[in-house]
Parts: sequence; C-alpha cells; structure tokens
Amino acid sequence: MQHATIEKSIPLMAILTLVLVSIGGLVEIVPLFFIKGTIEKVDGMRPYTPLELKGRDIYIREGCYNCHSQMIRPFRDEAERYGHYSLAAESMYDHPFQWGSKRTGPDLARIGGKYSNQWHHAHMMRPQNVVPESVMPAYPWLAKNALDYGDIDKRLRALSKVGVPYTEEQISSAKQDLMAQALAGGDPAGLNKRYGNKVTKDDFDGQPDKISELDALVAYLQMLGTLVDFSGYQAQTR
Amino acid sequence: MHQTSIQKPVYDYDIVKYFTIGSVIYAIVGFLVGVILALELTFPGLNGDIPYITFGRLRPLHTSAVIFAFGGSVLFATSYYVVQRTCRVRLFSDFLSRFTFWGWNLVVVLVVITYPLGLSQGKEYAEPIWPIDLLITVVWVAYFINYVGTLARRQEPHIYVANWFYLAFIITVALLHIVNNLAIPVNLTDSYPIFSGVQDAMIQWWYGHNAVGFFLTAAFLGLMYYFVPKQAERPVYSYRLSIVHFWALAFMYIWAGPHHLHYTALPDWAGTLGATFSIMLLLPSWGGMINGIMTLSGAWHKLRTDPILRFFIASLSFYGMSTFEGPMMSLKSVNALSHYTDWTIGHVHSGALGWVAMVSFGAIYHMVPRLWGVAIHSTTLINLHFWLATIGVVIYIVAMWISGIMQGLMWRAYDSFGNLSYSFAETVAAMHPYYLIRAIGGVVFLAGALVMAYNVYMTIRGANRG
Repeated sequence: MQHATIEKSIPLMAILTLVLVSIGGLVEIVPLFFIKGTIEKVDGMRPYTPLELKGRDIYIREGCYNCHSQMIRPFRDEAERYGHYSLAAESMYDHPFQWGSKRTGPDLARIGGKYSNQWHHAHMMRPQNVVPESVMPAYPWLAKNALDYGDIDKRLRALSKVGVPYTEEQISSAKQDLMAQALAGGDPAGLNKRYGNKVTKDDFDGQPDKISELDALVAYLQMLGTLVDFSGYQAQTR
Repeated sequence: MHQTSIQKPVYDYDIVKYFTIGSVIYAIVGFLVGVILALELTFPGLNGDIPYITFGRLRPLHTSAVIFAFGGSVLFATSYYVVQRTCRVRLFSDFLSRFTFWGWNLVVVLVVITYPLGLSQGKEYAEPIWPIDLLITVVWVAYFINYVGTLARRQEPHIYVANWFYLAFIITVALLHIVNNLAIPVNLTDSYPIFSGVQDAMIQWWYGHNAVGFFLTAAFLGLMYYFVPKQAERPVYSYRLSIVHFWALAFMYIWAGPHHLHYTALPDWAGTLGATFSIMLLLPSWGGMINGIMTLSGAWHKLRTDPILRFFIASLSFYGMSTFEGPMMSLKSVNALSHYTDWTIGHVHSGALGWVAMVSFGAIYHMVPRLWGVAIHSTTLINLHFWLATIGVVIYIVAMWISGIMQGLMWRAYDSFGNLSYSFAETVAAMHPYYLIRAIGGVVFLAGALVMAYNVYMTIRGANRG
C-alpha cells in the first residue's frame, strides 16, 4: 500500500493511529489484572479504618504526594533509611495509589510508628521546630479544623464498589468506628472486632475534646507500612 | 490578464487570535506560579501559613497551567491556524470553535479555583475533580469533530504532515484522559479512582508519560512541521523521514510509561518493556529533530537576522537533548540514581521550557503579525526574549542536574563504618543554593515571557490603531 492512500483518507489515518497507540498500553496494563503474583500474598493487609481513610483524603487534599513518595525501592540505603522495600500488596486498597515521583521530603511508606503522636503534632504545626533543615510548609489549620466525617459511610460504600472489601457492618458502623479510634466515644470493641487488634486508638492531635483533621492525618501516617507481617514473608520472583 | 479560478478561502482567524492571546496570558501565569513554588522551597514559610498557596496545592496548578492552559492554548491556536491553511478551508464549525475556546477556558478557571481549595483527584497531571474531567471530555470531543470536520472539507488531496501529528494528539489524549480518570463519585467534588495500587500506578504513568509524548511532543512536532518550513521558507527536509518517524513515534511512545516505576512494586517485566521502548524511542525522536533542523539546509544564514528562527532551532536542539537524556534516565541503573530527585525536574524543564515553550514562542511570533496584519512591534525585543529564555532554561536545568545528582549520591553514600553518611535532612539542606539558582533561572525565563507579552500587546495595539 502506498502511504499516499493513508494520507488521503481521514478514517484510515485515524483508525491506524488509534490501533497503533493502543497496543503498548494493552500489553503493559491488561496482564497486571491477570498475572498471579503481581500482587503478593501477604498476612495483615486490611482496608483503612474510617479515621485513617479521612486522613488519607486530607493527605491527597494537601498534595503531600507532590513531595513525599510511598514506595521504598529494594536498595541497601533505602532499606536502612526507610525499611523493607514496598510490596504491591501494601497499596492494593489505595484508590488512587500514592507512590509519588519525587522525594523533596523523605519516603513515608513506613513512617507509621517511627515518631510519637506528639512529634507529628509539633511537626505539622511548624516542621522547622523539630527538623531545622526542613523546607516543608506548616499546617496549623489541620488542628483547628474539625473533621467533617458526615459522609464517611458513603466513602466506604464508594470504595467497596471499586473492590475494597468493606463489609456491610463496617460501612454501617463507620461513624462509630471513626469516633472510637479518636477516643471520642463510639464503640472501641467493635472497632477492634471489625479492623483487628492492631488498630491504634489515641487522641492523635493532643486535643481530647475534638476530632480535628490532624487526628485523621496522624492516624493515617501512624499506620503507614505497619500492616504487613514480614516475619513470615518470603520474597518471590515476579 | 488571466483570472484564476481559485478563490481565497475566508479563514476563521478570530478563534486563532483568542487562543493566541490566551496562550500569552497563561504562559505568564504558569511561569509565575512556578517561580513562586521555587521560592517556597528556597524560603520555607513563604506561604505565610495560608493553606491555599502551600506547595502541595500550588504545584498541580503550576503543572496544569503550563501544560494544559499555556500548552493547550498554543495547540488550539496553532492547530486551528495550520489546519485551515494546509487544507485551504475555513474551520468546520464556528460554533464548535467558540465552544472549544470557552469550554477550555472554563476548565482553566475551574482548575484555578479548585486546586487551591484542595479539591484534587490526587493523580499527577490529572488532578481535576470528576466534573471538570467530564467537561474536558466534552470539549475534547468538540475539538475532535471540529478538527476532523475541517480535514474532511479540505481542498487539497493530501493531509499535510503537521495534521497527522495533531490528529494523533487529539485521538490519543482522549484515550488517555478517559481511561486514567475513570472514578466513582462520592459527591459533587470527591471521587475515588476505580483502579488501585499497582494497576493504578501503571495506568497513571501510561497517562503521564503520554501526556508528555502526545500533548507535549507529538502535537508540538505538528506545530514544528508547519512553522519551521514557513519561517525558513524551505520545504521540509525529508518527506520519507516524516512518514517513518511519525508512525514509529505513535507506536513506541505509548510503551514508555513504566520507566517511571523502576524498582517499585510494579513487576520487573513491565519496567523492562518500558525501558526498552524508551531507548528505541531515541530514533523517532531524533528523526523529528533532524527533519526540523535540516529544513534549514541552504537557509542557515537566516539565523543571523531572524530571531524567530533562532527560537525554532534552539527549541529543536533542546528537544534533541531531552530526548537523549530521557532514554538514558530510563535505564534502570541510571534511574536508580535519578528517580525521586531534582534531576527529573530538570529533565522535564529542559523539555517543557527548552522545547515546548521555545517552539511555542516562535509560533506566536510567526502568527501574530499575520493574524493582525501588521509587522511585529519590535524584532529587537524578540531577540531579547530569545536570550532571556535560553539563559533562563540553562540556569534552571544546570542547577537541577547538580542538585539532583548530588542528592541521589548523598542518599546512597556510606561512611567507612558502613553507616549512611547523611541523614535525609542533611540532603535537604544541601539543596538550598541550587533551589535559589533554579528560582533565578525561572525569574529570567519569566522576564522573557513578559517581554513577549509587551511586544504582542504593542503589535495588536498598533494594528487596532490601523
């Protein structure tokens, strides 16, 4: 076929282009949904608690991913600095993923439990007070703003529709569980029953009388990278 | 005397004028936000604890303003200009032309309002919330119909090469935008993407890299294929090369996405495929550069007197350089060092400022006198802009090369006892001088854009006074 034929026909040109640009994407994307082992089998992964999920929403709202990755690479220096390299399983409930592309600040994939709640509070109020070299802006409004969680059950419901295994019970108890985790009433025993005994309940923001946005964000940061039990984990070749 | 039977078609230049003015304004907005961000990293606390202008909320505004507001307006302006002139026919529909103009600008306004409020989808370069995504889709479909409708009514048997690139850009961006933004709404502003984790990462960078590949490369190559030959008054160097590199570029670019995810939880096979195609991509990329630069064969002397041609040749040189740097950075061993550092930022800016912005400036300077039917206000100022832009880019990318490679090396440095040599905070402190130098580069580049705005304004004012 002469190229002139294509050059004179819009449908031919458009369809050929569409076919050509589709191939690469299909080959690279589709198998990820089907090849076993793309997402490792691990123990300990669970969906976010309602409070952690709200914290994650705030993480996205503030654009934290612009400066912080959540993806530790399998290098010696990263293992020492951040911990075990990240598994695909650890972000399987992340809609959207937050692996990031830039480390203006450090990786946060395993920040959970590394610092105290008090440290996080001080850090979010004025990062330079705890890390003098930091270029991070302060987030004082997070402690001031009361957390808006009126639609938390709707959020769990939406996520369950796209594959996060929230049970009906988890969805209907979302508000109670959120309050229980921030020590503002609710049902602590129910929270543990629904999300496991490792869930940390605390007054994350140092303001016992209210649930602030900081409560949610710190609850999220404090669980990052802590779910998977690596004691029995065997690396697989993928 | 012989009367020619060819009637001069009445082109719709008004729509091109609107988008051209839009692109000049958005250039300044995009660059200015970039300078503010650079200064926020240099002088933390500069946002004065105001939530709306923190780095995290403002950075997406910078990327969207430069890519979609500035770049998008340039592409609407030039594609509408080029498709009319190469098909010798008026745009398909005046209504659709105006719809795309007001629609696209409404998107920009909504983005400028929503991002600072923290309304974001949380995916890089795809931050707009779902109602804006829907609006973008509608505008894009209108653009497609208008563009293809114009091609269909062409008075020339062949579709000119510039239009192949514009068409591929319109089709592919539609595909990328729709798939990457599939989400389930929670309310009017919030939604969760239907994909998660590793699949979401792959789809995001399939989108992200091809926003570069088709928005910032293929489309601007289309621009190049019209404006460089016109400005040089020479035919395209090689027709055969343009065919080969067009199809190769369209096929190969789409594979390159996973090179953004080396050593992550994405399976190795995907990263390897991405790197392989990234390296092969050097050939079609340089095919375009060679075809553009060699178009000046026999016209090189014009560089001495024509600052617009200088913009074009410099932009093609930056294009060649960043399409060499990109494949190199896609090698796993290089990427292990460069990923997560400022090197990536430098690479992006050598492409976005050196290639995209410079080739756009050339096109704007070429079009403005022809659209308004007067000579440009000042050629000296074009030349001044050229040097401000060139010096600004070079300062910027050199600062980012140094800071990026330095940071990558500091992260992996060990002392003689086998301990990490530097805490993360120490590496941040080491960046400070380079952040300042980068900001200075940005200011110089912005100054050039302001010179352009003045020059364009004075030209239009002169035309209106007739």
